[in-house]
Amino acid sequence: MVDRLLGRNREAPPDAPVDARTAVWNRVQLARNIRRPRTLELLGGMADEIIELHGDRGFGDDAAIVAGFARLDGHRIAFVGQQKGADTEENIRRNFGMPHPEGYRKAMRVMELAERLGLPIVTFVDVPGAHPGPESEERGIADAIARSVGLMSRLRTPIVAVITGEGGSGGALAIAVGDVVIALENAVYSVISPEGCASILWRTADEAATAALAMRMTADDQLALGVVDIVVPEPGEGAHADPEEMARRLRPVIVGELERLGRMTPDELVDARYRRYRVLGAYTEVAAPAAAVPPTRGLGDRLRELLDPTRWSGGNPIPGSSRRDEPPAREEV
Amino acid sequence: MPIKLPSFRPRKDAYPPDLWTKCPSCSEMLFNKQLDKADRVCPTCGHHFRLSAGARLESLLDRDSFRELDAGLQSLDPLGFVDQKPYPDRIAAAQLATGLRDAAVRGVGTIEGRPVSICVMDFGFMGGSMGAVVGEKVTRAAEQALVARMPLIVVSASGGARMQEGTLALMQLAKTCAALERLRAARVPYLSIMSDPTTGGVFASYAVLGDVNLAEPNALIGFAGARVTAGTIAQELPAGFQRAEFLYEHGFIDRVVHRRELRHEVALLLRYLAPAVLDTNGTTAEARPAFDPIGFLSSLAERVVPDLAPAEPPAPAEPMAAPEPAAPAEPAESATAAMPEPATARTDAGDPAEPEPEPVSARRAPEASDG
Ligand SMILES: [Zn+2]
Repeated sequence: MVDRLLGRNREAPPDAPVDARTAVWNRVQLARNIRRPRTLELLGGMADEIIELHGDRGFGDDAAIVAGFARLDGHRIAFVGQQKGADTEENIRRNFGMPHPEGYRKAMRVMELAERLGLPIVTFVDVPGAHPGPESEERGIADAIARSVGLMSRLRTPIVAVITGEGGSGGALAIAVGDVVIALENAVYSVISPEGCASILWRTADEAATAALAMRMTADDQLALGVVDIVVPEPGEGAHADPEEMARRLRPVIVGELERLGRMTPDELVDARYRRYRVLGAYTEVAAPAAAVPPTRGLGDRLRELLDPTRWSGGNPIPGSSRRDEPPAREEV
Repeated sequence: MPIKLPSFRPRKDAYPPDLWTKCPSCSEMLFNKQLDKADRVCPTCGHHFRLSAGARLESLLDRDSFRELDAGLQSLDPLGFVDQKPYPDRIAAAQLATGLRDAAVRGVGTIEGRPVSICVMDFGFMGGSMGAVVGEKVTRAAEQALVARMPLIVVSASGGARMQEGTLALMQLAKTCAALERLRAARVPYLSIMSDPTTGGVFASYAVLGDVNLAEPNALIGFAGARVTAGTIAQELPAGFQRAEFLYEHGFIDRVVHRRELRHEVALLLRYLAPAVLDTNGTTAEARPAFDPIGFLSSLAERVVPDLAPAEPPAPAEPMAAPEPAAPAEPAESATAAMPEPATARTDAGDPAEPEPEPVSARRAPEASDG
C-alpha cells in the first residue's frame, strides 16, 4: 500500500493521475514523431502547386522555416511553416526544425509580401523551440520573434495558423498569431518544453510527463482554454500513420476558414484578431491593493483574506471563474 | 526538549544580514542604508543590485507624481497548476513577501514635468514572471499611452513567461506586442528599460521592442536560459554572453546607462520621444509635451494640448506611497524563460496511443468568435 502510494510498485494498476500522465506523454511523443508530416508534406497533400521562396535578404536562408506561395482549392495563398527533417541527415540540414532569427525574418518578409499582394496566409507550426545558441542570440532571436508576433497582429489579410506538431513556446507563437488557430489532434502547445518546466519546477527532467500534464498542453486542453479554436482529428494511430489522409482532413477546414475570413474587411479582421488575443489570460480584480491589509492582523488572516474568493469583484474577463478546474472562457467579441 | 530561541545579538565575527549586504561582485560588505542611498549600486565596483518596483518608480519619477492604476489585478489559476506547491499558494506567498499583487506595477506619473504612462516589474514577485496580470498591465499601460498620447515607459525585470499559467502566459506576448504595434502606428513613442534580468518571453516581446532600448550595466538579457544554452549547445559561450554590453555590441540596445544617470537620460530622451500631435487635418504637427495632469488623464485621443512648457523643475526623488516590497529571494522558483529543447536528435519509435474511433469532423471551440 505504501509502495503504491509512493508510486513504487510498477506492477500494480496505476493510479488515475498516472494514467492521465501517460496519456498526455503519449500525445507529446506523437507530436514529436519523426515520421509526422511537416509543412511541405501536408501542403504536398493539399495544394495544387507549391512555389518555395528563400532567404531573409539580410543574412541567409534558414532551412528550418519554409515559406512561399501555394494554391489550395483554387485559393492562392502564402504559406510559412517550420520544417523538421525526416531523417538525421535532413534534420542536421534543417537544424531539427529550430529556426534562427533569419528564419523568422524570412517568414516576416513573405507575410508582408502576402499582405501587399492581398494573399491570405496559412502557417504550419511544428517546433521544439527557437534555436537557443549564441549565434541565435547575437543575431537577435528575441527581436525576430517579437517583431513577427507584432507584424502578424496587424497584417490586413486573413491568417490561418495550424499547430501541426510541437507548439514550442515563443518559437511557435512567432508564426502562430492568427484569426483562427487550428490544431491537429495530437499536436501540443506549451509555454516551455515539458522537460524544461520539469527541470525548473520539479528540479528534474524526469518529471517531464508530470509537467506536460500540469501545463495542459494537448490540443483538446488548448481548445478548452481558448488558445486553439478548432481541433482536427488524426487518422488511425496518428498523422504519421497516414499523412495523405491527414492532409485530406485538414484541407477543407483550412479552406472553409479562408472563405469565412475572406468575407471580412481588413478592418474587421484586424480588430477581431486584436480582440482575440486581448482577452486571453485569467485574472480578476480585487478591491483593495495588497499593501492595504493592516499589518496588525495575523499571517493567517491575511492569507485567508487574500485567498477569499468572495472578495473578488468577479472575473474580468473571466466572469466568476475562480474554480480551479474551470478553464477560462473566451469573452464574446 | 528545550526550545532554543534565536539570538538577535550579532556575533562579533558576523554582520547582521538586515544591516549589511555583501556585494556579489566585489565581496565588499555594504551598509544597507548607504546602499539604498546610492540607488542600490555598489559604491566600490558599480554592481547594480535589483530594485523593487517601488524603489524603481521612486528613482525615475518626479516626487509624488505617481498614481497607481489597476492595483487590484490578480492572477487566477486557469490550469489548476500544482507542482511542488499549488500555484495559488505561490502567489499568496509572493504577495506576503512583497506587498504586491503581482510582478508589475503600473500607473501614470511625470519625469521632469513630462507625463508618462509607466509600468515597472518586480523580480521579487515570482522572479518577475509574466502571467495574465503582467501582460494585462503592460497592455493597459500601452493603451492608455495611446489614448492619452503620452510616451510609454516599461522597466523590465523578469525571468520570462510564468509557467504556471501555461500557454495563457505565452499569449501575453501576443497581447502586448499587438498593443505596441498600435502605439507605433499612432506615432506614440515607447521607451524600454531593461534591468537585471530581462529574459525569455519578456525580452522576446515588449522589452525588445522599444523605440529606444536602454539597459543597466551588466544586466542579464537574453532569450534562452544561459544554462540551457551552455548545456545543450556543445560550444563555448562568448565572453559576457547575454549581458547588457553584449546586446549593445550586437545592436539590440541603444545605450547602457548607469543607474545614477538613468533618470537624467530618460528625461533627455523624453524631449525627443514626444507623441506626434494630430492636427485637424489628420496629419501630424510637431509634438509638445503636456504636463497638465488633468489633461493627460482625461484620455481624449483627439485632444491637442497647446504649447505648454514643462513647468516644475526636477524634484529630488523622495519616498512615495508605492508599496515597498521585501528583498527578492526566490530566483529558483521563478519561471525562467520559455526555453527550447536540447538540440539532440529525437528518434522516435512512434508507439501508438489509444486508438479510438473518431469522427472526422473537426471540433470547434464553443467560445470561438463567429464574427
Ligand atoms: Zn561591489
